Amino acid sequence: MTLKTFLLGACSALAFVATTASAETLTIATVNNGDMVRMQGLTSEFTKANPDIEVNWVTLEENVLRERVTTDIAANGGQYDIVTIGNYEVPIWAKQQWLLPLEGLGDKYDMDDLLPAIRGGLSVEGKLYAAPFYGESAMIMYRKDLFEKAGLKMPESPTWEFIADAAKKTTDRANDISGICLRGKAGWGENMAFVSALNNSFGGRWFDENWKPQFDQPEWKASLQFYADLMKEAGPQGASSNGFNENLTLFQQGKCGMWIDATVAASFVSNPKDSKVADKVGYAIFPSKEGVSNHGNWLWSWNLAVPASSKKAEAAQKFISWATSKEYTQLVASKEGWANVPPGTRTSLYNTEDYKKEAAFAAPTLAAMQAADITKPTVKPVPYTGGQFVAIPEFQALGTTVGQLFSAVIAGQSTVDDALAAAQATATRDMTRAGYIK
Amino acid sequence: MARKVTTGARIGWSIAAWVVALLIFFPILYAVITSLKTEQEAIAGFSLIPSGTFENYVTVQTQRDYFKPFMNSVILSVGSTILALIIAIPSAWAMAFAPTKRTKDILMWMLSTKMMPSVAVLLPIFIIFRTFGLLDSRVGLTIMLTLINLPIVIWMLYTYFREIPGEILEAARMDGASLWKEIVYVLTPMAVPGIASTLLLNIILAWNEAFWTIQLTTTNAAPLTAFIASFSSPQGLFWAKLSAASTMAIAPILILGWFSQKQLVRGLTFGAVK
Repeated sequence: MTLKTFLLGACSALAFVATTASAETLTIATVNNGDMVRMQGLTSEFTKANPDIEVNWVTLEENVLRERVTTDIAANGGQYDIVTIGNYEVPIWAKQQWLLPLEGLGDKYDMDDLLPAIRGGLSVEGKLYAAPFYGESAMIMYRKDLFEKAGLKMPESPTWEFIADAAKKTTDRANDISGICLRGKAGWGENMAFVSALNNSFGGRWFDENWKPQFDQPEWKASLQFYADLMKEAGPQGASSNGFNENLTLFQQGKCGMWIDATVAASFVSNPKDSKVADKVGYAIFPSKEGVSNHGNWLWSWNLAVPASSKKAEAAQKFISWATSKEYTQLVASKEGWANVPPGTRTSLYNTEDYKKEAAFAAPTLAAMQAADITKPTVKPVPYTGGQFVAIPEFQALGTTVGQLFSAVIAGQSTVDDALAAAQATATRDMTRAGYIK
Repeated sequence: MARKVTTGARIGWSIAAWVVALLIFFPILYAVITSLKTEQEAIAGFSLIPSGTFENYVTVQTQRDYFKPFMNSVILSVGSTILALIIAIPSAWAMAFAPTKRTKDILMWMLSTKMMPSVAVLLPIFIIFRTFGLLDSRVGLTIMLTLINLPIVIWMLYTYFREIPGEILEAARMDGASLWKEIVYVLTPMAVPGIASTLLLNIILAWNEAFWTIQLTTTNAAPLTAFIASFSSPQGLFWAKLSAASTMAIAPILILGWFSQKQLVRGLTFGAVK
């Protein structure tokens, strides 16, 4: 070996070591959703274009992720550079200065293309604190064949009165078909997501302008009674333990005439690989009550944010910019098909002809998202934002407690009046303790 | 004189033992059965007959790396067990053969630390780990697992050592054995069944520990408990995949338990009959 060859080799080795040493490693905490798993699979495309950045994924159960991230941020652990959080947490965490504003997404990042309802929910004082990865509202998924058999036609803007009637007419106990499947499993993100949206559409609200709980008001009585009666007459057996996943299975197996839930479910129920009724599903907007102009205002998004404790904020924003860009959508479409692109974040997606052609649920999803306004979720004035949730830190615990009371009604262990009285007492106590009620 | 046991009683007790054993083992068995079902079958309701698909195992392997968390589990459980034994054997010796007025209080105090919910000390422990750069490190987690299992290890060894006549150690001392030789060459060989069962039990406890191993790790030191947790999904079906991940995570420890069951039972009943 000549000296020249040796020196060249040594220089190359040094250059390699220097490159490796300068590479930044991002740690991303996420949940195990189909879209997130897909993003992990496509990360190599990002690292190929950004060889100075490496990416490590930490996949956690949703509640564990919240615990881990809050502990890390509170103790300034700096373990995560990007976290996956819902639009419930974003404004709360941003106000507590736990998140960094996303000001480094780059010039190419088309911020104005983000759906206004979604963007609004992720911004505090005009600054974006998280970028939406996918978004969803809620809508009706129904069996067109069962409707036809029962002589029913889904209206463009259905009312709860129509839904109740249709649910009864499509119920066929002999063939194990329930007219309607709704969430009954207790939890702030389970049954309370549906019940809160239902109550919004009945003209009700969680709190008045002075944070006084409203469970003693006629709207709550009407909406909860309606829900309990509907589930009794046309719901499946054991509905009090059904959440999103259980209802998804029931619908896919042809056991439900209707299912009202997150719009993201549309891609599951219309997938012939998993669903026996894939070609028989129709979609319609979330119902409203006759005389009340409100479609529930259910709006959820999974978002990527940079915790204030991260020491690699610049690289983190680079990744977020890539993962929530129009180019990423194109990438998923080219690799996995248009039906698998993350929905509900960008206007441009809903103007894409290929997407509209391949995803029959595109138009109803967009309509549902446009109908949702979390800044004005109820007919009457309220001091909070949020549609199927109330965007205050206390809501997780309170929502779950109230969810347990309402789930007991569906299970036949309690009455509507008793559950509402208990909910009123609990909410009043909790809100007083938390200092909302003076 | 041995008590006479009738055939009927023997059969009755055997059936009762089988029923209890099956009840205890059933969750594991059902997880294995569920792992061989499709997601739709898994969520459809109770059934003991799977369609026999191995798709979940393939998906689990494809989606996540199994080997790294597996190696972490091995390193953490074996490492923490060895460390715990190194600390616990001399401690248990002191308490068993040279007790003081405070020995019983110390033993009770050690046990009392197990009575506190882990989450109560999460934040202080997290801050200590952050300060010393131990977050997401195998060293940090090995220390943590050692500390949380140490009271049980000391208690078990103390109980075993108490069964060994002190006169034997005295005889060794009279023959000129140093303290080190007394523990290593006299005490330890006599307590091998007890030490072995303590070792196995501690490995199992460390392998299954699912609070600190999830709270204090992200990617480098995350063991199989974190691997299992990553398959829970807020939207979409996951029970069958979760069961496959659980089966893969518990399989090594089940195999270890199976092969060492004689040693375990021998150790756990050590000294029961004098």
